[in-house]
Order: sequence, then C-alpha cells, then structure tokens
Amino acid sequence: MDSLSATEIDQMDRVGNRTVAEIRKDFPIYRRAQDSAFVFLDSGASSQKPTAVLDAMDTYYSTTHANVHRGVYAIAERATELYENARVTLGRFIGAPKPAREIVFTKNATEAINLAAYSLARNLLRSESVVVLTEMEHHANLVPWMILKEQIGFEIRYIPFDADGFLDLSHLDEILDGSSIVAATMASNVFGTLTPIKELAEAAHSKGAIFLADGAQYVPHYKIDVKELGIDLLAMTGHKMLGPTGIGALWGREELLKKMPPFMGGGDMIEDVRLDGFTPNEVPYKFEAGTPPIAEAIGLAEAVRYLEAIGMDEIRLHEESLLDYALKTIGENFGDSVVVYGPTDATKKGGVVSFTMEGVHPHDLSQILDQSGVCVRAGHHCAKPVMKRLGVGATARASFYIYNDKSDVDSLVEALAKAQAFFA
Amino acid sequence: MSGLEDLYREIILDHYKNPRNQGELPTPPAVVEQGHNPLCGDEVFVYIEMDGDTIADIKIGGQGCSISRSSASMMSTAVKGKNSEEVHELIHRFKAMMSVEEERPGHEGEADLKEFGELAALQGVVKFPVRIKCATLAWNTLNQALERVQQAG
Ligand SMILES: Cc1ncc(COP(=O)(O)O)c(C=O)c1O
Repeated sequence: MDSLSATEIDQMDRVGNRTVAEIRKDFPIYRRAQDSAFVFLDSGASSQKPTAVLDAMDTYYSTTHANVHRGVYAIAERATELYENARVTLGRFIGAPKPAREIVFTKNATEAINLAAYSLARNLLRSESVVVLTEMEHHANLVPWMILKEQIGFEIRYIPFDADGFLDLSHLDEILDGSSIVAATMASNVFGTLTPIKELAEAAHSKGAIFLADGAQYVPHYKIDVKELGIDLLAMTGHKMLGPTGIGALWGREELLKKMPPFMGGGDMIEDVRLDGFTPNEVPYKFEAGTPPIAEAIGLAEAVRYLEAIGMDEIRLHEESLLDYALKTIGENFGDSVVVYGPTDATKKGGVVSFTMEGVHPHDLSQILDQSGVCVRAGHHCAKPVMKRLGVGATARASFYIYNDKSDVDSLVEALAKAQAFFA
Repeated sequence: MSGLEDLYREIILDHYKNPRNQGELPTPPAVVEQGHNPLCGDEVFVYIEMDGDTIADIKIGGQGCSISRSSASMMSTAVKGKNSEEVHELIHRFKAMMSVEEERPGHEGEADLKEFGELAALQGVVKFPVRIKCATLAWNTLNQALERVQQAG
C-alpha cells in the first residue's frame, strides 16, 4: 500500500495515548518470546494476559486466600470482599443497573449459555415451544439448545445470514412468531460481523420472548451497555478479554434472574436445606453452586480495569485500523488467490479476518505461518454449520487486539507469501 | 524453513497435489465409511470394493489438509489388491509409526520403514503431534470400513 498517512500508521501502532510497544511491556509473554519472532494473531480464541492480572491473582493467593461467603475471620472476609467487588467491577463495565445482584460468575461463556438455557427451559419450554437462534452461532449457543430439544421436543428456528456474513432479517417476523427464547451472538467469530442486537431484542420482546446475547466475541472489544441494548441476558468469557481462563459470567436483569430456577445445586446456592427440600439463596448466589473461581474473578476484574484504563472506544479504533490495513494489504498482495470471508469494509466488523488460500489447506497454512512465529487459528472455529454454508471445511483466522500493530499485519502477509510459494 | 521439510516431504506434496484413487464407488457393491477430524473439520470418505477377501478397488473422497489427503492417497495405493489380513497388518504398522516414541513397540525399526515405501515419508509427522490425527484419519476410516464388510459378510 502506497498511500498510508502518518495518522493511519499511528493508529495502528498506538491505542489511545499509549503505544503498542509500551502496551507489550505489560504482557510478559512478549518478554519471553523476545529472541524469536512472536506474532500473536489469535486473540479471538484467547487473549494474552497483562502482568496486572497475574499479579492480582498472585497477591490474592499469597495474602488473603480463604473460601468466600463462609469464614468469619479477617482473610475470609477480605476474600469475600474482593470476590464481590469483582462482580461489581464487571457489572459496571457492561452497564448493569444492579451489578451486585445481576452478575453470575461461571466458568466461561459456554457455561453461562448452558446455565441460561437449562434454567429458562424448566419454566418456559414445552414440546410446542419455539427457540430462535441464528445460523452463525458458535457451537456454545447451538448444542445446549439441541440437547434440551432432545429432552423436551421444542422447535429450533434459525435466522439465516447472507453472503457477507450479515444476518438476513427479511423474514424476522415470521421466524420469531410464537418464540419464547431468542438467542444470538453479538459478533460472529468467523466473519467478525456484528449483529443488530438492539433490533433483535426489540423484535423478540414484541413477541414476548426472552433475549439472550452471546457476548464472547464482542465484550472484549467494544463498549457495551446492556440496558441501552435492551437485552435480558448476556454471556461473557474472561479469557478473551485479558482475564484468566476458568472465569466467565452471565448477566441477567434482576427480575428475570429472580424468576429463573437454579441450574446447578450445591453449597452456597441455598438459603436452607432440609431433608425434604431446599430454599434457594437470593440472586446471584442461587446460580453459583460450590466454591467459585475466586482468584479468577479477581483476575478478571483487574483485566476490566486494564481495559477501562486504555479505553474501549480507543481499542475499537485501533482494531479497526489494523483490520482495514490487513484487508487492503491481503487484497493487494494475493488478489483472488486468498478469499476473505465476510465484509471487506472494516467499519462493519470486529477485528477478525477469516480466509482461505487457494491450494493450501488452512491447517497447512497455519503450520507454515508458525515457522515465521505467526500464530493464527485454523479450523472450523466451533461453527461447523457456518463452514458448511461457506462450502469449506475450515478457514484460517487472524484476529487483533491491543498488543498488535502494523508490523504484525506485515509479518502475516510475508508469511502468507512464503506459504503460497511453498505449496506452489 | 527447516523442520518443515521433515513434515512436507516432496512425495507428500506430490500426493496432495495429485491424489491417487480419488472419487467414489457405487454402494453397493462397494462399502463406504466416513471419518471426521473434529479438531479441524477435515472429513474423509473411504470406499472399498471387495473381491472375496481382497480389496479390489478403493476410492477416497472428502477434503482435508495436505497430511490427511496425502496419507489417504498413499494408503489407497498401498492397500489395493491386498487381502484383509495384509491390510490389517499395514494399518497396525502405520499406526505404530504414528505413535509417539514411548508407545512405539520396539521391533518397528529402520528395516520395517524401508518396506513401507512411500508411506515412510509420513514419519516426520510424529514430530508435529497435532498433525498425527490428520495422518491417521483415513487409516482409521479404512479400518471401520473393513469392520463393516466383516459384519455384512
Ligand atoms: C461467539 C462465541 N461464543 C462462545 C464462545 C465460547 O467461549 P468459551 O469457550 O470461553 O466458553 C466463543 C469462543 O470461542 C465464541 O467465539
């Protein structure tokens, strides 16, 4: 590309008021990888972790670890306080009106969706019910409903997507007719395309349905306000947003959560247990059975603070500039021999580029890129129905985050050229 | 790109670009079995047509990476015309070659690899553990197809 302006380059090498070079210093993995090339372009699968997150967890374990909600002694109370503060931090981050009561910690987004699905199903779903999903869901928002369908026998309908990976809403009214639950991803993990969540939530509500949003690919990259979006439930996962693995959350409107029955049973989720039955605890505790991932919740809260300090709008701007550059450079260098799936307009999608190279299987591609230190995802991205629609078994996917810069895109393009030459 | 040459031997790339015995066979009389690699979405169809106890014809369908396609292609040429006992023996030895060092039975030495012919080219795959499943996919599927033949017979 010949016409990059200084501002454009700057946007790729800077996030808000910090340079990517500075940001990388916060991520120990970049220090370890110093002697060999390390071009990490797979944050869509899982992000790297800043020292602040690791330190928060470490400090917790080495100074105040004890079980939460139980002990009546100082460190147990401190542990409880940190854990509950983490809930509030995450809740505020997504604009939850009542963060202390509306965030349910889970293991990941998958568990959050399963929790919502199983709990809602008990009161809402009968054999004549309808659940609406989209054709571009991750398996995490497909399979739980399929399992429940096997048990209950309801109908699952799908909102289709078009050739660019946008949802096709032309028959939305018919599809939603008679539905009790509508569940959709906020951003496609294959195309990066964003779904019109506000519109979908409104349409669902007009039919009396509950709306669940899968925010796994959205929350790490965009500012979000659940109240403004008008959604009822939101699934999130910590490891894609600089947090540790083993922690995610389900946000739900308090009135809705109160009506939903518990999913898992055990300690902490009860108010009373007798031999003839139990009384569930109040929200959100009634959904958190057993000892929770305390250190992970604390780590996630630190990740949220880190993201907030950088600024979500700045993160989006940065990713958009990388995406724009990547789409243009790949197009210019490879023409028709590399097919990019999804829109080529960077303003219309998240920082994800899914592509295939003619004559080189994605699996081989990613193996060869690895020789240049370039890490991309190759596979079906847990979205086999999407792959089927595209008529491919797999794609390669590069995804961007705050620690990526222009040189990463250049390394990707160089490595792609090597791969093409290797298989020519 | 050293290291890669171990994985992508010339012969492997040749079978990938010019796959042998590609296509379908009418079922029946042929038997077809489908195999999936859940990791990467690769799928393979193995069609075999028996003449008595011998694989009279074999065709490979589906799609996948260079390792899985070339392994399937080489397998098809290696097993055609062999009887089920010979094929089982070959499957066993191939999978032994594909298993990590500690699990490999001691007697699978250099001499055996020589008799392997082209298939020996795939031995470099062992150094890339995530790719082992790619190499063994067609072989496991062939095994299932043979089981199906046995059940039917
Ligand atoms: C859109 C989407 N939903 C859900 C998930 C599941 O996230 P987790 O594996 O953390 O539960 C992912 C992760 O890949 C995703 O991309």
